[in-house]
Amino acid sequence: MEKFTTLEGKVMPLDRANIDTDAIIPKQFLKSIKRSGFGPNLFDEWRYLDHGEPGRDNSSRPLNPDFIMNTPRYQNSQILLTRENFGCGSSREHAPWALLDYGFRCIIAPSFADIFFNNCFKNGILPIVFNDKVVENLFDQVEDQSGFTIRVDLQNQNIELPDGEILEFEVDSFRKHALLNGLDDIGLTLQKADVIRDYEARRANEAPWLFS
Amino acid sequence: MNPKTLYDKLWDQHLVEDDPNGTSLIYIDRHLVHEVTSPQAFEGLHLAGRKPWKTSSMLAVPDHNVPTTVDNSEIDDPVSRLQIQTLDQNCNHFGITEFGMSDPRQGIVHVIGPEQGATLPGMTIVCGDSHTSTHGAFGALAFGIGTSEVEHVMATQCLISQKSRNMRIWVSGELNPGVTAKDLVLHIIGVIGTAGGTGYAIEFAGPVVEALSMEGRMTVCNMTIEAGARAGMIGVDQTTIDYFKGRPYSPKGDMWEQAAQSWKDLNSDENAHFDTQIEIDGFDILPQVTWGTSPEMVVSIGDTVPDPDQESDPVKREGMENALRYMGLEAGTPMNEIGLDLVFIGSCTNSRIEDLRAAAKLAKGRQVSDTIKQAMVVPGSGLVKRQAESEGLHQVFIDAGFEWRNPGCSMCLAMNSDQLKPGERCASTSNRNFEGRQGQGGRTHLVSPVMAVAAAIAGHFTDPARL
Repeated sequence: MEKFTTLEGKVMPLDRANIDTDAIIPKQFLKSIKRSGFGPNLFDEWRYLDHGEPGRDNSSRPLNPDFIMNTPRYQNSQILLTRENFGCGSSREHAPWALLDYGFRCIIAPSFADIFFNNCFKNGILPIVFNDKVVENLFDQVEDQSGFTIRVDLQNQNIELPDGEILEFEVDSFRKHALLNGLDDIGLTLQKADVIRDYEARRANEAPWLFS
Repeated sequence: MNPKTLYDKLWDQHLVEDDPNGTSLIYIDRHLVHEVTSPQAFEGLHLAGRKPWKTSSMLAVPDHNVPTTVDNSEIDDPVSRLQIQTLDQNCNHFGITEFGMSDPRQGIVHVIGPEQGATLPGMTIVCGDSHTSTHGAFGALAFGIGTSEVEHVMATQCLISQKSRNMRIWVSGELNPGVTAKDLVLHIIGVIGTAGGTGYAIEFAGPVVEALSMEGRMTVCNMTIEAGARAGMIGVDQTTIDYFKGRPYSPKGDMWEQAAQSWKDLNSDENAHFDTQIEIDGFDILPQVTWGTSPEMVVSIGDTVPDPDQESDPVKREGMENALRYMGLEAGTPMNEIGLDLVFIGSCTNSRIEDLRAAAKLAKGRQVSDTIKQAMVVPGSGLVKRQAESEGLHQVFIDAGFEWRNPGCSMCLAMNSDQLKPGERCASTSNRNFEGRQGQGGRTHLVSPVMAVAAAIAGHFTDPARL
């Protein structure tokens, strides 16, 4: 997993609540057996005017001019600003894979769905929660200022706005540590193999049918 | 000793170690695997030269991509075919039990787990699928995980986790005649909202929940994720224990006695602390139909499509306006005047034998309306299909004009060829009415199996009791 330390990037606003993972990456693209290549199909049904299928050349597909991602001003954004309960629905990790593949490394919202939130941290994406008021204010600023860029500093847990204002955010210490260092969870857990085996021995005694 | 909730007990029994960094290592008893969310995890194992920690904890089945047409066991789509072949190869390579496409036990992963007794009370159960919450119906801690976590569980048998908060939803009274477990859970989602359970493990309890069959309890727990909670659960009673007698993976002999005895403790203690408690009166619930593009956008059959102008929250109002536009509906339209193009009975929410019996009972001697283009029944597993056929249910459906299909996820998420076309409107017993869920531009209304049959017969939504 790629480390996340600081990120200076343009912000794209996506003003909808309850964006589900089916919208982030539609089901037909889940047939892939790879982790990469989902970026061109991020938000496929909103982004293009026709129907997308895996293996199609996306560069020749008609774009939906009304979808914000297709407006020139928000090209090459790395930070997504959105509304409550982002990433609800299906557990598909293809959703953060698609966001990452497109270039988003940070998502700001008033709340996230649990499974999606967790999946982000496994892929080097930082989801940041701010309250409704702060999010509303960010939406206003992004819409008012073309090229609105912020600086995200994970170590210091803050973002810096173009006018110099600093906003602090909360992040769980374990997740922060793993993101800052790009750690492999599995390797860390396997260092505890003996503890896991001790647990199994103890549990096999209490509930032998689980180990027969 | 402090009184504990069911969730507290399940958590404590599976706690391997608390880490000083605030996380916990949790042991996983059962890992269910399907073709869509596993290939990248298996690839990760291969690349790192790792092996599964405990292959006997794993049970794999292809379900999302499989065709459900009776005369077609081959997959036409080469991309889907490769994904299923990849699952076959990985299971072969690592020695994992798989119910492959031609196995009579193949079916939707959340149907076959309990059916085989591979799901048991007191287990921790995970799967790379958000509807894993289904298995909580048996007094188990069951939740969906992403593919990175699938790989983590494969390699270590554990998950790095943080404990959720406890919520109890107490349903008092009784369900009105014709009101089902599906109506109950849709009503609950309507009350607490699609993010109401975020950060919680939800226990469903009270007289209405206790009176539900295991199938009904699975329907309720299945849709817990639609209320934002990863895990939903119900305490163990005699109904739970009876369900597992004689199932292939259930403990046998003395071990059965010992297990059944220990499962009786899988209930919240009296005076256990819940961070949030919600009470619902069962008598308040009428047959439910969703009108929008989130499961929380739900009303009773006698209601009308809500008016966004009555909503004071601007974000919610815009969500309602978007939903009405997508659904092609006008505020104020009576729900029972909404006409349908297709009807789908199936999915991990409502494809079990009891669902099919209830649907067949209403369909018997009636005919699907001429205005319905297609009505299909997709059983949850090969064994559900066989049971239904032995009871003659398939003939009831076929005589009424329904298609009788092979098991799979089918039109719930439309990864195979069972899809809506743009603008088509479907009464569906599945779990998600998101934009494009059943096919790009398709319009989904979530309902119970009896409401789906009533809609198929009438051509529009109608109270099943009035049919």
